[in-house]
Amino acid sequence: MRSHKMLFGLQLGFTLAVCAFLIVPVVLSILAGLTSNYFVGLESGLTLRWVFEVWDGYRDTIFRSIGISLACLLVTLVLGVPTAYVLTRSGSRLSRVVEELLMLPIAVPGLATALALISAYGGMGSFRTSWTFILVGHVLFTLPFMVRSVLAVLASIDLKTLEEGAASLGAGFRQRFFDIVLPNCRNGILAGSLMVVTLSIGEFNLTWLLHTPLTKTLPVGLADAYASLRLEIGSAYTLIFLLMIVPLLLALQAIARPRRKRFIRDDPVPEST
Amino acid sequence: MTRPASTKPLSISLKSCAKTFADGTRVLEPLDLDIHAGETLVLLGPSGCGKTTTLRLIAGLEQPDAGGRVLFDGVDVTAQSIELRNVGMVFQSYALFPNMTVAGNVGYGLRIRKLPAAAQRARVAEMLAMMRIEALADRSIDQLSGGQRQRVALARALAVQPRALLLDEPLTALDAQLRDALRVEINQLLRELGITAIYVTHDQAEAMALGDRIIVMSHGRVAQTGTPREIYHQPASHFVAGFIGTMNRLSGEMGANGFVCAAGIVPWYGGHSAADEILFRPEDVRIAEEGEPADLVGSVAAAFFLGDRTRLFVDVGDRQPLVMESTARCTRGVGEQVRLRVDPQGVLDLSSQRGSL
Repeated sequence: MRSHKMLFGLQLGFTLAVCAFLIVPVVLSILAGLTSNYFVGLESGLTLRWVFEVWDGYRDTIFRSIGISLACLLVTLVLGVPTAYVLTRSGSRLSRVVEELLMLPIAVPGLATALALISAYGGMGSFRTSWTFILVGHVLFTLPFMVRSVLAVLASIDLKTLEEGAASLGAGFRQRFFDIVLPNCRNGILAGSLMVVTLSIGEFNLTWLLHTPLTKTLPVGLADAYASLRLEIGSAYTLIFLLMIVPLLLALQAIARPRRKRFIRDDPVPEST
Repeated sequence: MTRPASTKPLSISLKSCAKTFADGTRVLEPLDLDIHAGETLVLLGPSGCGKTTTLRLIAGLEQPDAGGRVLFDGVDVTAQSIELRNVGMVFQSYALFPNMTVAGNVGYGLRIRKLPAAAQRARVAEMLAMMRIEALADRSIDQLSGGQRQRVALARALAVQPRALLLDEPLTALDAQLRDALRVEINQLLRELGITAIYVTHDQAEAMALGDRIIVMSHGRVAQTGTPREIYHQPASHFVAGFIGTMNRLSGEMGANGFVCAAGIVPWYGGHSAADEILFRPEDVRIAEEGEPADLVGSVAAAFFLGDRTRLFVDVGDRQPLVMESTARCTRGVGEQVRLRVDPQGVLDLSSQRGSL
């Protein structure tokens, strides 16, 4: 009995220690962003001064990041959902190869992808200096996540037979795609969308090489603030980033939760009239 | 009546329809088939015999190899995709749309046809009433049992007043008791509607109960076409004889008084034959009355009490014991000697078909 209690105590302690390991730096960082003088400590008092300073100095990076992530979402939706659909429907060996190739941008370091983009398009001045250059990098990086997420849902339903059923009722390709295919991979599209937005907002590796002084995104601005300004300002910046990203992560969790499958038995003898 | 009397049932013809898959597998040898207006035709056979492929050719889900033609009422529809053929289809997995309610599923074909909303609602209500699932109208598909799904699938296929109804093993996914009940219901429904129906199954009992005609298929070919009675009583080949119901086989040779085998002489009135094997059904054998001469004598190898009757396996010195049925009161035990009579009308000689399927 006693050893049971001790075991439980040990497990609880270990879990709490791991949680603390993960959470304490985040909490300290948030506090640093709200403290008047970090080197004096909390006694110096709490303030929103640093948050406002970030807002004044880096507001444009926040809106640019949101803009790029939404544009990125739009592009990955338009490219990724049909890609996943075609990969599912064809089911050939070639489609397996394409699926693996799509994963490459995740495996290859972001810096390498960025360098490749620069050597390919760097000469096109107006493109190189516009935010769409960063968008291209983000799409390359996030598209696999959208495709994978939709593929997973499509693999779990018998899409071919569903479409055949719709076709037997007279539905043409467009009607089948919008009435049957899209609604039935809704969860995959939602999960993929949140993933894409989250990844795009936080993307640093690629963006750091792709950006120009006029096209800084939030993570690039954050690095900038940490490198050249007071620690409090960098921390306040982190706080703003967390406020943007945590709701997205929570939504992702809510969607990822599998739906409860109900099991319905047949009555042994159906009611008859 | 749920069908306006004006819609005439459809007749369907396949002209030398063969099917070879992309990997070179020939799943269907060139097939000629005429399906009469209003009949229920059952395609029966083991898996891989080409029955589902035949159904999908008729539906328009597969294209026949070059040279094959599909005719609806004499009109060539080979080039038409399934969307344009207006055939109702019920799939083994039902293929109900999980993103729609029961009513949404049943009404989908009407929505595609852009019927006025009021007419759609009326037709959906009519179909739900016909399948007795009115109460389920607003349920989602994952809230339905297998039997309920089956009814929704039927209602959905029939709602658009299809020219023909195609059913691909619709009862396979259900448990035995429900299967029997639904079989009766589908049978009634098809008779009532008078619609041309093509029903694919591997279950011979289902085929017997539902079919006006049965086509038995094997290895991409038609093994036999006929009414259930013809298929059962006059099987054209050993394959059909073995696939439909239970068949007893005895080996021996023709003699002057009948077919001579290890356990006796079976009466044979079929004239001259070089048969070294005869076949007959379990119901054509019975235990001889007291004092009656016996055709065969054997000993009971096993006896199974089935409630309403007793199934006996009788060892007659052949490779396999004879299967026969006796009354429920039969108390013969294993090892006991039994004297048997064989009904000469039930004795078949398929020796001329040897070598065919």
